[in-house]
Amino acid sequence: MANGVAEIRRGLKAGKFSSVEITQDYLARIALHNPALNCFISVTDEIALAQARQADAALARGESAALTGVPLAHKDLFCTDGVKTSCASRILDNFIAPYDATVIENFKRDGAVMLGKTNMDEFAMGSSNENSYYGCVANPWNTEYVPGGSSGGSAAAVAAGLALGASGTDTGGSIRQPAALCGITGIKPTYGRVSRYGMIAFGSSLDQGGPFARSAEDCALLLQTMSGFDPRDSTSAEQAVPDYGAALGQGIEGLKIGLPQEYFADGLDAGIGAVIENAIEELQKLGAVIVDISLPNTGLSIPTYYVVAMAECSSNLSRFDGVRFGHRCDNPTDLEDLYKRSRGEGFGAEVKRRIMIGSYALSKGYYDAYYLKAQQLRRLIKQDFQQAFDSVDLILGPTTPETAFKIGAKTDDPVSMYLQDIYTISLNLAGLPGMSLPVGFCDGLPVGMQLIGNYFNESGLLNAAHCYQQVSDWHQQIPEAFR
Amino acid sequence: MSEWESVIGLEIHAQLATRSKIFSGAATAFGAEPNTQACAVDLGMPGVLPVLNREAVTMAIRFGVAIDAEIDHHSVFARKNYFYPDLPKGYQISQYELPIVGKGRIFISPAEGERREIGITRAHLEEDAGKSIHDKFPEQSAIDLNRAGTPLLEIVSEPDMRSAKEAVAYARKIHSLVRYLEICDGNMQEGSFRCDANVSVRPKGQEELGTRAEIKNINSFRFLERAINFEIDRQINLIENREEVVQETRLYDSERDETRSMRSKEEANDYRYFPDPDLLPVAITDEDIAAIRAALPELPEQKKQRYIDQLELSDYNAELLTANRETAAFFETALVSAPGQSAQLANWILGDLTGALNKASLETSESPISPEMLAQLISRITDNTISGKMAKEVFESMWQGEGDADAIIERRGLKQITDSGAIESLIDEVIAANADQVEQFRAGKDKVLGFFVGQVMKQSQGKANPGQVNAMLREKLKT
Repeated sequence: MANGVAEIRRGLKAGKFSSVEITQDYLARIALHNPALNCFISVTDEIALAQARQADAALARGESAALTGVPLAHKDLFCTDGVKTSCASRILDNFIAPYDATVIENFKRDGAVMLGKTNMDEFAMGSSNENSYYGCVANPWNTEYVPGGSSGGSAAAVAAGLALGASGTDTGGSIRQPAALCGITGIKPTYGRVSRYGMIAFGSSLDQGGPFARSAEDCALLLQTMSGFDPRDSTSAEQAVPDYGAALGQGIEGLKIGLPQEYFADGLDAGIGAVIENAIEELQKLGAVIVDISLPNTGLSIPTYYVVAMAECSSNLSRFDGVRFGHRCDNPTDLEDLYKRSRGEGFGAEVKRRIMIGSYALSKGYYDAYYLKAQQLRRLIKQDFQQAFDSVDLILGPTTPETAFKIGAKTDDPVSMYLQDIYTISLNLAGLPGMSLPVGFCDGLPVGMQLIGNYFNESGLLNAAHCYQQVSDWHQQIPEAFR
Repeated sequence: MSEWESVIGLEIHAQLATRSKIFSGAATAFGAEPNTQACAVDLGMPGVLPVLNREAVTMAIRFGVAIDAEIDHHSVFARKNYFYPDLPKGYQISQYELPIVGKGRIFISPAEGERREIGITRAHLEEDAGKSIHDKFPEQSAIDLNRAGTPLLEIVSEPDMRSAKEAVAYARKIHSLVRYLEICDGNMQEGSFRCDANVSVRPKGQEELGTRAEIKNINSFRFLERAINFEIDRQINLIENREEVVQETRLYDSERDETRSMRSKEEANDYRYFPDPDLLPVAITDEDIAAIRAALPELPEQKKQRYIDQLELSDYNAELLTANRETAAFFETALVSAPGQSAQLANWILGDLTGALNKASLETSESPISPEMLAQLISRITDNTISGKMAKEVFESMWQGEGDADAIIERRGLKQITDSGAIESLIDEVIAANADQVEQFRAGKDKVLGFFVGQVMKQSQGKANPGQVNAMLREKLKT
């Protein structure tokens, strides 16, 4: 079957197949494989088929928008009008939003078909998708391994061919890390590029939506639809969105790419290092100029991130109180009991840990030492990048220090889990765009390479990735069981 | 017994008169069916985001400019975190470290001729919470989120007031100002203007402040005065009985006229303030401030000075007339119809009219006597159509809705007799009928003149001009 968004669009327009046909295909694949992978929390068959019929009608009239008839999946933290939006949490297991997130609205506007809502770490808190009320997602390359997180369901669905593309969100690496672990392409745009309206918040100053797909070309298409200023999100950027497709294929002759020494230091798996080296050589063959650089404050990014993200989430998650929506405990004896039991029963362990740490960091007497200090460090981390971009066009490194790990391997060691995000997290702190693309395998598991761009240089990232994908086929690899 | 000094600071919450809420497009009108004016943002639904209503910022700056305050170019919204069912997000969006309005000041006149400067520490924007209703359903509490997200300006004073009376004068002054600025309707019953009072006492002469109590739930100026006085007495009693004043929040109960403990300092929440990452810092340019300053109406202080300088009113009358926008507007409208009659108008407005309004519990805007009607009445006194005494009667009739002054004077035949021929014939009649009294007057008994005036007025049914009668009688009796 065809496996690219661009290819499917061409086929639909040419009338080679209908949207209903491919949607049925995907729904059948989901029915077949989802029990083993668990990447969907909700499968929206009826909506998908209705949207596909509409798409076919539009195509028949010769009216096609950017994604008319293309079946996609959405991370279950984008609110979807009339469809359960759970954030993979028990506390929202019964929550049906009465509105669409802007991202969902944009996909509807452009004619895309929604296959379902994908599994994730609860409230996007995790790097393995093990923190889901609906159970862990399996990595399609080896179902005993994690797919990464938090957008693990979206990444696994695309990798296994259960959707052509999927939306995700990235607060500390939640698009790039699962993309890397599942061998697909994913991009986290500049903070403010994609509206956060209707995207249930984890860390508001870090969260950013973005797409997963097989290729950079497909990511460009999906990102085009997702991006744009939204008056309902005060932090969204009032800046024109370039034509990402047009930026592809411009070549990378003379492009200066910086390799931060800190991203290749201790802690990086040697196998991954070697795979990345090969990819760098390919890029050099394409004309890229490789420059050694330093991002000296990289080591501070994890502690800084966890203070900021946990502080923000401790407040963001206060609205889940059992009063107006979501889980409410049975027979509360008084208000305090209602709060304590509803939240106690509704939230999983990792979410509780983060709320408690975040509340502590914001407490009187600790605020200056933690939150304020973290904000200062955040500025230093940002300055590192700003200085680097004075001399290079892009920054390159591994997406993760290791390939996918076995389910359960790190559940008792949160710090080791947090270290998964060492290369991805600083971009969120700085608000920069980054993407991960597959560049090889290590012991049968995919390896992701991260490209980092300056603010609003998504085009530069997509172009470089696309150039690489023109001379490699890692992104076209499909796990055997799902071919 | 030593002498005590009370120290009072007020926190005033003025609801800003924007059409929509501070962070959503929902309407702010009072009195709608419960939960009909709350959108997804006000309900704190998952994923929704606040968007600042710039009108609220403009209104806050209007206030800042009017109290001569520092206004920073950069202001930040912060989250105040606490759980309560009528606080949908589990935090209130407020301001903490960088409020929109910095240090300012205002002048009060607690008594005639007195003028005191009261410092204003800051004024910041925040959203209101919803309302919890505990008495509507048995065993259950109800929540109305119509008010959630309504913009408030919290105005925090310095602890500069030394008596309940001063505190009331300050609160009234702020109340008057926000109404002059048209940023708040000032309706205390509907909760558009609320006061919390911080009260402490210390021995006179002591520099250090005593332990303070914060009194909440005060919804009228009268209660503000009572609550503060109750609290001052309570604290003095405690200290004199060698008991401790504890730092706490107290509720004022107007039915029992007392304050009682709500929560102590130990039970106070740690609000875990931090800048709201959903909102960008508010940027305010010098041009913004200049434009707002240029659009300010004449403020009470300026108006008062103009009344004194140009209309030659007394300091006291000028203060009273400008104490609220409606009274000043009434006065100025009336003055257009009765030019040059400022002193008379002031006396009538501050005397008879205010008295009648108070008695009927009416606002100036609800007065059955319009400014034009009052101006006409005064003009009739000035042009000698009626006497001051008759004017009171005409005023009463106008109040009862019997028409304007001219119509009443006409209908009742109240027109004063100023025709000297007519008065002379009346005088002649009276003199002829009272020969004895004429003798007495001529013998030097001056007091008898009053008797003659009375008789002439009686003959004229009160319509003769008393001044004229007086003068003419003297002439006639001499000869």
